[in-house]
Amino acid sequence: MALQDKDRIFKNVYGFQDWGLAGARARGAWDNTKALIDKGHDWIITEVRNSGLRGRGGAGFPTGLKWSFMPKNDPRPSYLVINADESEPGSCKDREIMRHDPHLLIEGALLASFAMRAHACYTYVRGEFIREREQLQAAVDEAYAARLIGKDNIHGWDFDFFIHHGAGAYICGEETALLESLEGRKGQPRLKPPFPANTGLYGAPTTVNNVESIAVVGDILRRGATWFSGIGKPNNTGTKLFQISGHVERPCVVEEEMGIPLRELLERHAGGVRGGWDNLLAVIPGGSSMPLLPAAVCQDLALDFDTLSKLKSGMGTAAVIVMDKSTDVIAAIRRIAYFYKHESCGQCTPCREGCGWMWRVLQRMERGEADKREIDLLFDVTKQVEGHTICALGDAAAWPVQGLIRYFRPEMEARIDRYHAAQKQAAE
Amino acid sequence: MAKQLVIDGKAIEVEDGITLIQACEQAGVEIPRFCYHERLSIAGNCRMCLIEVVGMPKPVASCAMGVNDLPPNKDGSPKVISTTSPMVKKAREGVMEFLLINHPLDCPICDQGGECDLQDQAMSYGMGGSRYIENKRAVDEKYLGPLIKTSMTRCIQCTRCVRYMTEVAGVEELGAIGRGEDMEITTYLERGMMSEMSANVVDLCPVGALTHRPWAFAARPWELRKTESVDVMDALGSAIRVDCRGREVVRILPRNNDAVNEEWISDKTRHVADGLRTQRLDRPYIRKNGRLEPAGWDEALALVAAKLKAAKPERIAAFAGDLAGAEDMFALKDLFTRLGSKNVDCRQDGAKLDPRLGRASYLFNTTIEGIEQADAILLVGTNPRLEAAVLNARIRKRWRQGTVAIALIGERADLTYPYDYLGAGPQTLKEVLDGKHSFAGVLRDARRPMVIVGAAAAARPDGAAVLAAAAKIALLAGEGKDGGGHAFNVLHTAASRVAGLDLGFVPGGKGGIDMGALDVAYLLGADELDMQTLRASFVIYQGSHGDAGAERADVVLPGAAYTEKGATYVNVEGRAQLTARAAFAPGEAKEDWAIVRALSAHVGHTLPYDTLPALRAAMYKDAPALARLDMVEPADLKGVEALAARGGALGSEPFGSALQDFYLTNPIARASAVMAELSALKKNMNRGTTGTHG
Repeated sequence: MALQDKDRIFKNVYGFQDWGLAGARARGAWDNTKALIDKGHDWIITEVRNSGLRGRGGAGFPTGLKWSFMPKNDPRPSYLVINADESEPGSCKDREIMRHDPHLLIEGALLASFAMRAHACYTYVRGEFIREREQLQAAVDEAYAARLIGKDNIHGWDFDFFIHHGAGAYICGEETALLESLEGRKGQPRLKPPFPANTGLYGAPTTVNNVESIAVVGDILRRGATWFSGIGKPNNTGTKLFQISGHVERPCVVEEEMGIPLRELLERHAGGVRGGWDNLLAVIPGGSSMPLLPAAVCQDLALDFDTLSKLKSGMGTAAVIVMDKSTDVIAAIRRIAYFYKHESCGQCTPCREGCGWMWRVLQRMERGEADKREIDLLFDVTKQVEGHTICALGDAAAWPVQGLIRYFRPEMEARIDRYHAAQKQAAE
Repeated sequence: MAKQLVIDGKAIEVEDGITLIQACEQAGVEIPRFCYHERLSIAGNCRMCLIEVVGMPKPVASCAMGVNDLPPNKDGSPKVISTTSPMVKKAREGVMEFLLINHPLDCPICDQGGECDLQDQAMSYGMGGSRYIENKRAVDEKYLGPLIKTSMTRCIQCTRCVRYMTEVAGVEELGAIGRGEDMEITTYLERGMMSEMSANVVDLCPVGALTHRPWAFAARPWELRKTESVDVMDALGSAIRVDCRGREVVRILPRNNDAVNEEWISDKTRHVADGLRTQRLDRPYIRKNGRLEPAGWDEALALVAAKLKAAKPERIAAFAGDLAGAEDMFALKDLFTRLGSKNVDCRQDGAKLDPRLGRASYLFNTTIEGIEQADAILLVGTNPRLEAAVLNARIRKRWRQGTVAIALIGERADLTYPYDYLGAGPQTLKEVLDGKHSFAGVLRDARRPMVIVGAAAAARPDGAAVLAAAAKIALLAGEGKDGGGHAFNVLHTAASRVAGLDLGFVPGGKGGIDMGALDVAYLLGADELDMQTLRASFVIYQGSHGDAGAERADVVLPGAAYTEKGATYVNVEGRAQLTARAAFAPGEAKEDWAIVRALSAHVGHTLPYDTLPALRAAMYKDAPALARLDMVEPADLKGVEALAARGGALGSEPFGSALQDFYLTNPIARASAVMAELSALKKNMNRGTTGTHG
């Protein structure tokens, strides 16, 4: 039961058609947006809540509920901030939206801002996304020229769309670090509480949403909450952009139904695992921060928030990284650990010190140059990082290592045995 | 609204709005911490203070979580907090281990040893063993100026120093660069930190990353004798602790006194310590054939007595210096009175302050703590950053809280907070007084206005008129306001000044002392006088350091410095405080009141007190304000009214500053090599001669 073409939201995700305003209009964007706005702030929030849309940035928090946290009668201005700092290894969906379907994002931003009584929206674009930003900016300029947004626009809700270009730090994808960076300071996560809905950008109520979460809003409102919630599974509704990378025949970004089985996803869209399904070693289902799942678990694996979190992994951004049996899985996780060591902001102790420790131990374990007891030590270190930090980067750094130990401990022990045997031989 | 909590099984009611770490403290539970400091903003980054709130899945940072932020229990029961649960123990051990893995094991050669938070907390909350076998991180040393020795490998990135410099000192020169485990604290350009209060970062540093350079490796804290005392480098009377080994002062540290210095002291207060060892007068000297020759006490006192007796009473005079204790001044004035002379003066700078007008005319009436309630502050002819650095930090603290109007008439300067610059001279003061200036309206509308007059403004030839104008402005601004009557403030720079005025250590007759018409001048630590104008044939210098006074003197009587005697000092607010003897004066030097007492016997007018308590009893009878130790009594507003009534013509000269060089303001500071180095550095920096500075 694959997603039918008529249910697609991102009709130009491959970039085969015109990304500009004319093309976007032909695909249905900006179609009588005024009518949606006329239904009022609360109608939009209720509709989004009823659709069951969960945040597409990784945590899967219900979007409509998040919007409802925004104070209603506050003298301060409200802000919508769109997180386009897509930096998680494996994730590459937001860039496709920004360069191929930018008007979906801009329209969604207008609707979401209107719902939260915000007159300005800031989009924080990842530093490395040069073309994406240019494309998005061009689309924004088109929208201004067509008076779809801006002061005195045809929708009757003053709305400005600002694009801010980041400098390429992964941590700036964390919502409060993003706000710090946006305000011109060093990108380091803030303490919560206070939460952004109360004290966010410039101390004003702010909601930070992922690009995809905002880009689907127009279609949800136009086609109805029931349409969206009819796709996928209960509590895991709607369509989702899956990003398939790694050892598959044809890596791709594709829109599919939530809860699609992994095997079906890979074989329908990515040409299957390189060397056949039986050649599968493991899958990281949601971007590098999610614990990997071994092939044995993947047989009938459905890709949705609840199934994956039950397996102690996570849906994340639905960035599926496929590893076949040629993969040195310890090296793979070591590389991920290096990434988190490199991207840790250094503000709080467990992550600053723990990430380097994990990486260094894994470096030795990749060669087998370790003691078996150190596997437990490594696990202990991940537990000392997890849950003790200001932001979720600590968790993100700890989970992949935990996944490795959970499923590939025999492999790690064998590596250590091999190394010590070789050392012994050399000594003799 | 009070909030109910159960902390470690103990039900407690805490006030609204505090943080969990404070609530735990109120419950008598100690929470380990590194980054949290109650006078700095909350960073929440060390994660040492994690505690368990029952019902929350993760441990929470108690320093950052307010009691109001806790989601209520569904049944309305009070939140249960545990600081001893396995979750908390594991979290603390984990954080402790992380802090230690990259911390060098160099405690035996670390100056922080013995007073190191990391050491102490590792003992209490650590695991006991090390599991880390990778290489440790090493970090390059940073140059933070001559006062602060760095060993950045020891840094645990708590950012207390960064927050202090940014928030309290108001000098944004310290920051963190790099990310993750490569994060480093640095000034980046490494020119050294140019703040008058920079060394406080060393006290704040919980580890040995920042230590005091001037006394590096000199002593271990446990071998020092600690004496609580009061500072005399400025007129604030900051609370200090003098640490001695043997008879030598090794270091000076701040004590907590919320009313005066909170827990900060200026760099001068702290690092003047080496000045207490050099240039000391350790025996009496008599000038013979143009040279000062060592002499015995009897010989010297006999000579002084002979000179004093031989001169006519109106041709002798006594001048008290900026560091003189109240007891010393009282005894000297007493002796001069008995000699029939009214020629005494404690105002070396010639300030036009008259104690006969009343105490309010020369005090900082708003009080230092009162600055925090002020909502309009007018600075007249003063640079508080240099004249009273710690007080300036209090003004900055007030400014950070918002909604305060600060204006300056006088010399433009970087005060670490923005202000309205009204003008340079008395003309502007006149405009404000006449209500022609917009700031007059601001003062009038303020709930708690303040007018602060600097020492330099009071010492001008037209000082009386300046003081009168400022007093009038303050009276107008404070009229009918709650507590606003005490809007008039004089910011002295001399520690001895208020006590001197309280004791009436000013010339008795109309008009001042004719400096040129003296036969004998008695200088009690008075080194700031213009020795050229002092044409007296015979000069007696009594003091602790060989400075301008001793150079001019015919007889030198060696006295004790402020760390070597128990003396009363009254600070700008009128708060009498006692110093304590931390060490003995060097050589044959004696406590100053005792020298005067011994001299009185030689003169034939033996003073009627043989002990310090007896002297104090007599002094308190004379000036009862000095007896109320550590208290500030609001002075009668009539003093300000009398000052305002004095009037006089304002000049046109622009206001100057009382201090030319912050680091070299008194004989002790001028004897200090550290102060000399700082002074030279500052001069070079102002000239912009560093390579990175154009």
